[in-house]
Amino acid sequence: MQIIIDAMGEAFRLLVGGDPYLWRIIVRSLQVSGLAVLLGLVVGIPLGTWLGLARFPGRGLAVALVNTGLALPPVVVGLFAYVFLSRQGPLGALGWLYTPNAMVSAQFLLAAPYVAAITLAAVQSVPAGLRLQARALGAGRWRALLLHLREARLSLMAAVAAGFGAVISEVGAVMMVGGNVAGETRVITTAIVLETRRGRFATAMALGIILLIIAFAANAFITRMQQAGPRRRRPLTS
Amino acid sequence: MDRGIGRCAVALGRLAGLMAAGALILWSCASRPREIVLASTTSTEDSGLFEYLLPYFHEAHRDYRIRVIAVGSGEALRLAAVGDADVALVHSPEAEEEFVAAGHGTARRRVMFNDFILVGPDSEAGAACAQPNVAAALECIARLRAQFISRGDDSGTHARERLLWEATGLKPEDDWYLEAGQGMGAVLMMASEKGAYTLTDRGTYLSLHDRLELRIIVQGDPALRNQYSVIVSSHAENAAGAQAFAGWITSEAAQQLIGDFGVETYGRPLFVPNAANG
Repeated sequence: MQIIIDAMGEAFRLLVGGDPYLWRIIVRSLQVSGLAVLLGLVVGIPLGTWLGLARFPGRGLAVALVNTGLALPPVVVGLFAYVFLSRQGPLGALGWLYTPNAMVSAQFLLAAPYVAAITLAAVQSVPAGLRLQARALGAGRWRALLLHLREARLSLMAAVAAGFGAVISEVGAVMMVGGNVAGETRVITTAIVLETRRGRFATAMALGIILLIIAFAANAFITRMQQAGPRRRRPLTS
Repeated sequence: MDRGIGRCAVALGRLAGLMAAGALILWSCASRPREIVLASTTSTEDSGLFEYLLPYFHEAHRDYRIRVIAVGSGEALRLAAVGDADVALVHSPEAEEEFVAAGHGTARRRVMFNDFILVGPDSEAGAACAQPNVAAALECIARLRAQFISRGDDSGTHARERLLWEATGLKPEDDWYLEAGQGMGAVLMMASEKGAYTLTDRGTYLSLHDRLELRIIVQGDPALRNQYSVIVSSHAENAAGAQAFAGWITSEAAQQLIGDFGVETYGRPLFVPNAANG
């Protein structure tokens, strides 16, 4: 028990003291996962919206595939990203393996289906009558679509937070394609694995605390969005 | 109504009895044969030695079952120091001496050795630093600022690498010097991808070399000898099992097996047994 208390105390000292090794890792984590989610939004929101509103043969399969994205195993994504980016792989010429670019790519592959799946659900939860009504009142196609997305915006924000929470806490993909190189591709999760193996529990715990705070912040955000949702929607559905 | 509750209680009681019996059976199955936790290094595990060797041990000692935890030498000794491992098979002489001096382990015995090698890109650039002497090769790498990947995980290989750099008087800490913080196999793959240099044990290199675009830059320097020893933890939960394993792996039969390992695949043994003359 003493070892845990000591490690916790030391962890807080490291965090408050602004240990450069620690903060460099935290900043790199935020950069990589933030960029991956941002790119995930650019692809995931249009894809999810389209799947939510369009009707075409094979749509059921496409929806099932996107929903599988919610449970995509990071190590498998990491494996594919590794094989594609390695020197013998089709994208080997990019020279991205073991760089932050590779980590962003892998996490993007995880985040995009995640965002698409949540967007899909969000778009479908908005009553279809809304768009028809808007069209009837003279709104153009795109205006009606924007209105539709506006209605789903709270769920969309939750999608961002959930996607971010999912990628920043994964270790399998970033370890494989990033390689955990100190000062370059070492992020919170890979550093926790290494520091625990080295027996540096205080450093590992300091990073663990930060990861918990980030996860908590993301979830608090989701909860707030979900609580705010019904209240704001009322005037438009009545 | 009451009868119904009574029947239900009886049924629940029977169910609980069955579950307890089941748990007992599972427990007795799990506890026999008794487990020995062996902390060893990723390089030993990656070479496939345990996969080859342990069936023979289990054959000779049917009442024990070994669970291998493959980590860096530093971590392996730490596990043994707190009793999370019963016995350690490691290759970090300085750390081992400290470990024994601190009273964490007894009966440190030599088991086998292999050697470290310096590997580098399989190209003309790699040939530039090929020297008979490892210190000269490291100086050459530092002078050229060629990429060098360090294990960076407090493993035995990492400890040796730091000693070798120390001997050159150079401090490798610029952007050409990368600390990977991963096992030997992962670091070799990384060195191959990046066309970088790294220090590795010969066993891991040989077991992966057909997948690597790397070549041996330095070998045979006495500074590169890699001695493995077995140490029984003073805090071992299964002390008898730990002693049995330490005794077995230094026995003539096991030493013979170690000497045969890898000959068929690589044409030479991956480890040279030296318990008898230790």
